[in-house]
Amino acid sequence: MTLDLQQRRSRRVVAAAPPRRRAHAAPPWWFTVPALLLFAFVVLVPSARGVYYAFTDWDGLDPQFAFIGLDNFTAMADDPDALGAIWHTLLIAVAITVIQNGIGLLLALGVNTTIKSRNFLRVLLFAPAVVTPIVTAYLWRNLLGPDGAVNSLLGVFGVEGKNWLGDPGLALWMIVLVVVWQFAGYSMVIFLAGLQSIPREIYEAAAIDGSGPVRRFWSIVRPLLAPAITINLMLSIIGGIKLFDQVYALTGGGPGHATDTISTLIYKDAFTLGEFGYSIALAVVLTAIVAVISAGQYTVLSRNEKAAS
Amino acid sequence: MTRYTTKTFALEMLMIAVAIVFAFPVYVLVNLAIRSPSDTSSPIALTQSPTLANFSQAWQEGGLGGALINSVIVTAVSVLIVLVVSSLAAYPLARSTAHWSRGTFLVIMLGLILPFQLAALPLYQTIRDLGLLGSVWSLVLFYAGLQVPFTTFLYVGFLRALPRDFEEAATIDGCGPLTAFRYVVLPMLKPITVTALVLNTVSVWNDFFTPLLYLSGSDQQTMPVAVAGFVGQFVSDWNLIFAALLISIVPVLAVYLSLQRSIINGFAGGLKG
Repeated sequence: MTLDLQQRRSRRVVAAAPPRRRAHAAPPWWFTVPALLLFAFVVLVPSARGVYYAFTDWDGLDPQFAFIGLDNFTAMADDPDALGAIWHTLLIAVAITVIQNGIGLLLALGVNTTIKSRNFLRVLLFAPAVVTPIVTAYLWRNLLGPDGAVNSLLGVFGVEGKNWLGDPGLALWMIVLVVVWQFAGYSMVIFLAGLQSIPREIYEAAAIDGSGPVRRFWSIVRPLLAPAITINLMLSIIGGIKLFDQVYALTGGGPGHATDTISTLIYKDAFTLGEFGYSIALAVVLTAIVAVISAGQYTVLSRNEKAAS
Repeated sequence: MTRYTTKTFALEMLMIAVAIVFAFPVYVLVNLAIRSPSDTSSPIALTQSPTLANFSQAWQEGGLGGALINSVIVTAVSVLIVLVVSSLAAYPLARSTAHWSRGTFLVIMLGLILPFQLAALPLYQTIRDLGLLGSVWSLVLFYAGLQVPFTTFLYVGFLRALPRDFEEAATIDGCGPLTAFRYVVLPMLKPITVTALVLNTVSVWNDFFTPLLYLSGSDQQTMPVAVAGFVGQFVSDWNLIFAALLISIVPVLAVYLSLQRSIINGFAGGLKG
């Protein structure tokens, strides 16, 4: 924009001569080419190839492999490890979504008040969300160990410790605990943004009209918070379904296969067993689950948002 | 409603108690990282004679310096590429109402749903055939493509809410599309660029699965891979491991604390769409 006034004027005259509406000319299509090329090379083409490999017995190395139809998928139906992993994945995703957003919402309501420490608390509670998940997971592996800090702390209160990560019934919930600890602040920040967009006047008017805090929350805050709820639910459920790092660092899928998720099983099958085809068939199932859940969630939540607005 | 009442005080105390529970793991992390391995007292007891020896040992034996440099390079280059190509792509995608534009946008948005595990394995083969396994440039390429959908989504949402007057004026004044983009549109995108920069930096820096696949067995590592390797190597020497964890957290926390205001606003604002 370094054109001087003289030049600009002359150009405008030239442009005005034929009465073309250049202003409506949209930016050219080729602006999208670099992004599309990168996206196609990294995501689109490999994903399509992945879907193809899911119907083969490819081992990841051998250029010779056979098309075996649905065999990988029928094998999955008879594979207790695979069925277990699908079940754990869904359980973890739902548990994280419910608990993380429940706590996140309570925290947001807490720091959206006039308490003096609100700014400090926002900074502190959000901090774990920026730290590398694999690092926080290793930290918790020690905290939850037999001689770890959690058992020490319980000992102070006279409660007997447990082998949190070694107990197949508990380990899955410990993974949920660690993810919630790390990302509750993330949910909080998004809810907080939603809460702060609610005009104070509406809230005060309702209070004057005599509605109590619960009623005000349900009738005013909840509908106006709909967009924040949508984003939070989407992020946490998709994050939960794709979970890998925390499981890898906390339990490695164990004890036995008690905490294996689809992601950890994909990794194990592909890189320790050389079953690339089977492993990618698992990834296809993962994709299908994500797609169905996102589509369902989108339908329900956008209806809610419309109802709220 | 704005007065500081007894109820507010009670809430304040409750929230501080919650914060202490949240911060407890960090206390243990620091407490054990400054403890010598011979000290076997309870992990929650305050360390009596603190030492910094664990930090220097972790730094020397963990290859953390090299990993730090690799992480910085990978994150900086791939995030820069993503911001440039995504903002450029978002401009026509947000402005044009043509069929190709809507179709292209939907195809890119498909990338928000596709789990990276699906693409990561076949891409592993391509990266291997290109001889890029074990090179940090494979990661740059991967993240540059992987982060396109989310970043484009942020830019398109933001652009649609912006008035077109300025860029139309620039076009009337004879600016080509690239000039209009560079000097008119890009400056207006600054708030969302900051958000996209932060969100992409956090996810690229923290990613573990991809470098685990593409760099394993090589001497090149990123910070998360180096930490995982370190834990594997010093299995039960938790004082040393905690020192390494703390070292790896410091750069992230330093950036976070210095930018926390815009990061928290950016996270919230960017996700509000």
